[in-house]
Amino acid sequence: MNLEAVKLAAADNLWSALFPELMLAGLALLLLVLEIVLPKKHHVVIPDVASAGLLGTLIGLFVNWNSSLIGAETFNGLIHHTHQGQMMRAFFMICALLVCQLGRLTLARQLMPKIEFYHIVLVVTAAMMLLAQSNHLLMLFVVLETLTIGLYILVSYHRTSTASLEAGLKYLVMGALSSGILLFGIVLLYGVAGNPALPAHSDNAMYYPELTRFLEGNRDNFVASLGIVLVLVGVGFKIGAFPFQIWVPDVYQGAPTPVTAFLAVASKAAGFAVLMALCGKHGVFAAYQSLTTPVLTVMAAATIIFGNLSALTQHNVKRLIGLSGVSHAGFLLLGVVASATSVLATNAIYFYLFAYLIASFAVFGVMTHLAGADDSDQDLDHYAGLAKDSPFLAGVLAIGLGSLAGIPPLAGFMGKFLVFVAAYQSGARWLLAIAAAGVVVSIFYYFGWIKAAFFETWTPPADGAPTRPARTPVTWVTGFALGFLALASVFFGFYQGPFGQFLTLK
Amino acid sequence: MSNLPFDPLLTAIAAPLALALLIALGLPKRWSVTLAYVAFAVPLLMALHTWFHFSSAATRDGYAFLTQYSTGLDGLGIGLKLGLNGISMPLFAMAGIVGFAAGLYAIQSQAERLKIYLMLLLIMQGGLMGVFASVDVFFLYFFHELALIPTFIMVGVWGGRDRSYAAMKMTIYLTAGAMVSLVGLIALYVKSGANSFDLIAIKAHLARVPLADAVQQNIFGLLLLGFGVLVSLWPLHTWAPLGYGAAPSSNAMLHAGVLKKFGLYGLIQVGLPLLPAGAVHWAHPLAWLAVVGNVLVVGLVTIAQRDLKQMIGYSSVMHMGYAFLGIAAGSTLGVGGVVLMMVAHGLSVALLFLLSTCIHHRTHTFSLDEMGGLAQQTPVLAAFFVAATFASIGLPGFANFWGELTIFVALWKFSVPVTVLAVAGVVISAIYGLRASAAVFFGPATERMAKVAAQHPPADLRWAEKLPALILLVALLFVGFWPKSFSTPIDAALTAKTQVATK
Repeated sequence: MNLEAVKLAAADNLWSALFPELMLAGLALLLLVLEIVLPKKHHVVIPDVASAGLLGTLIGLFVNWNSSLIGAETFNGLIHHTHQGQMMRAFFMICALLVCQLGRLTLARQLMPKIEFYHIVLVVTAAMMLLAQSNHLLMLFVVLETLTIGLYILVSYHRTSTASLEAGLKYLVMGALSSGILLFGIVLLYGVAGNPALPAHSDNAMYYPELTRFLEGNRDNFVASLGIVLVLVGVGFKIGAFPFQIWVPDVYQGAPTPVTAFLAVASKAAGFAVLMALCGKHGVFAAYQSLTTPVLTVMAAATIIFGNLSALTQHNVKRLIGLSGVSHAGFLLLGVVASATSVLATNAIYFYLFAYLIASFAVFGVMTHLAGADDSDQDLDHYAGLAKDSPFLAGVLAIGLGSLAGIPPLAGFMGKFLVFVAAYQSGARWLLAIAAAGVVVSIFYYFGWIKAAFFETWTPPADGAPTRPARTPVTWVTGFALGFLALASVFFGFYQGPFGQFLTLK
Repeated sequence: MSNLPFDPLLTAIAAPLALALLIALGLPKRWSVTLAYVAFAVPLLMALHTWFHFSSAATRDGYAFLTQYSTGLDGLGIGLKLGLNGISMPLFAMAGIVGFAAGLYAIQSQAERLKIYLMLLLIMQGGLMGVFASVDVFFLYFFHELALIPTFIMVGVWGGRDRSYAAMKMTIYLTAGAMVSLVGLIALYVKSGANSFDLIAIKAHLARVPLADAVQQNIFGLLLLGFGVLVSLWPLHTWAPLGYGAAPSSNAMLHAGVLKKFGLYGLIQVGLPLLPAGAVHWAHPLAWLAVVGNVLVVGLVTIAQRDLKQMIGYSSVMHMGYAFLGIAAGSTLGVGGVVLMMVAHGLSVALLFLLSTCIHHRTHTFSLDEMGGLAQQTPVLAAFFVAATFASIGLPGFANFWGELTIFVALWKFSVPVTVLAVAGVVISAIYGLRASAAVFFGPATERMAKVAAQHPPADLRWAEKLPALILLVALLFVGFWPKSFSTPIDAALTAKTQVATK
């Protein structure tokens, strides 16, 4: 490339378009600077700075919601600005805000450097936001690696806990493997799409529109098919879909609870944002639907069945929520399958993700309050008598779990309902039947959890037996956040107004 | 003419839910209890208002009091559309009456954590009013689930024997039933092509472009299976006696009396008019399942019960068999009979559950073998119970009589052998009903009973128990002596339906 071409390419590097991401990156650096500059006794304000910065950026995003850039591409086609992208930006920032809030509670129980936690969360969040808007396989891979490396560190953040280190190692091995597979898939696609002997070949084959054009021109190319399958496998690892879910229970259990929440919600949502960009009705792989739809259908069915059945027998709540998260990935995959033909499905997935965020963080918030110094040891028995001791936490837990289970009138039900309607419209009847059965099975373990909190009473064990960890009292900020999440679950169950317009967007 | 300055249907739904929200947000106990009287009375008043003004109210598309609110999903054809037709009005009225009785009884009961108990009951009541006021199929389902959830928690926390097991079993059965019916409703939405969950819109669309027979059969089959579980169609009924046996009384009154009618209501309001070919296809299997399974097998099982509450639970499963038979018959007469019977059964089974708890307070047992001779100490309770038993058997003078009679007449045209077997069921219900009354109230007191009576001499019904019982009994007799107040609108609505379906 000569200088002129580089200049031309740089001409649309519209840095202001990435203002939220840049803000977060700057904020992350600011936290480190503050740690050096501020005297130690003032370090307590640093998490506040992180939260305030996040909140400010989020508000800025909402102010600039209908930006004139929507629909445009910047950075020479690396970034594509869409309404969905705006939605996911807000999604990840809300996640980060809540993770920071939960992080305070968990970190307070550990002798650990604290500031780096917020730093990494902010960097990972910025990477996720870019991921949801990426329009180029190279961009996709680079930001995916950025966020995954950040998560490796976060998962093993409790470096004195063997469970956390084990989880970190497992996640590292699995993550590296999946990144490798993903990269291999990308390389195959790039290679075959650049083959001058094929029609519609391109010298910029990682750019989504070019790749789409190539795939439309070569409908049954074996190398391209292989590349597509490998990319799907790579993403399948990230979302924890069967048969790539094997790391989920251990990593979810070992990671600090806020990080588990981050993995379960934000990281999974990032994977689905990629999947929808690739496999949706107007996605990159649209020309290969005859390949992607069966692959995704089998994956969805197996994920729903595996997630629900394996969650049935769990007694550790972190493993339980991890495996229930696998089943949620299955329901979302059902939506992805449907999104091949139905526009409603894509929008339904976004609603589902938001409902999942609201409900999951309510549950994780309660879990954080019940966890002790050993963060990986959170048993169902610890919940006995919660309704008597702390009706507030029990109420939030019940609403969160109810929404995850998909019980009306909570938001989770609307998410499932919309996905089901889309699935029926697209003709995925058998998958829908499996999903419906999955919902019934899931009721069993979600209700088992609610039962533990509401129906059972706690009797302190005889001398010598291990007791359960002391519960953290609810501060008013956390209490407000949890109450807000619970009410939001109810509100969005009854009234989908703010989303309704978006949902019916064609 | 309806002359209220506000929407009576939305008010009936919103009042209990609003109070439930306030309680959740931390309303003090004294206020909660006082306001609960109001929140249970409002649906009753609205129900009576709509009942009395129904014949004179302006109707649009066959519905009176029609209003629509947007919830943001208009693009999908989902909106909170409320209205009453001749089928939903009697049930709406019944839900208001039973809800008020159950609420009164709950407020006066000495339940632990009364505030939460009332909150759950209020959520249930709001959902129930919503079920029968919704014209939108989505909200029909939504409100049903809303009313269903408190049941699980109430059985689990305030339940009696085996409450944990009963709560879990009920939850799984009913969720499975609800999921199957949800898939059925989604299938109807997609296949109808109306792109709307609004019953009126679907009906209008299907009158122009009817569904193929095979599609109708499949969707009706799904709905029948899903609703069948919810209404305890044999052999999917086992959750019902167990659940009702364990449920606290007010919850059992609302669930067995009102909520369980949702499945039948769904079949009548959605299944029969929109999928007539499907209904015809499934009529014979349904009729035989209902008559052999629900009426005869469950009837005989009921006779064998030695636990009063379980017996009432089984008897309610048995009576659902008659309702299914009426639906199988399919004629205006049969379906009209089912609607009347739903109202009557709702009132009478609620009364029976209420009285059985009153009996338990005096005998400290539900076992029929350990009771006896209670009538001497509690003549009023005895009179109420005997009256409720007569109603449940279907003696003339009570609302149940008209329901059963019309179902049998309609059934005769449908199938003579089924009718003969069904009528034999009446004898069965007379046997267990009268035997239970005799075992509890008459004859010599058992040794255990005599001991209990010596320690705590059983007092007759208090006003807090008498008033709800009286409300239910008066309603039963009112409909029994003046069935026309309901049958005229039912008839009008059903004839209008058949016209659309056969067009």
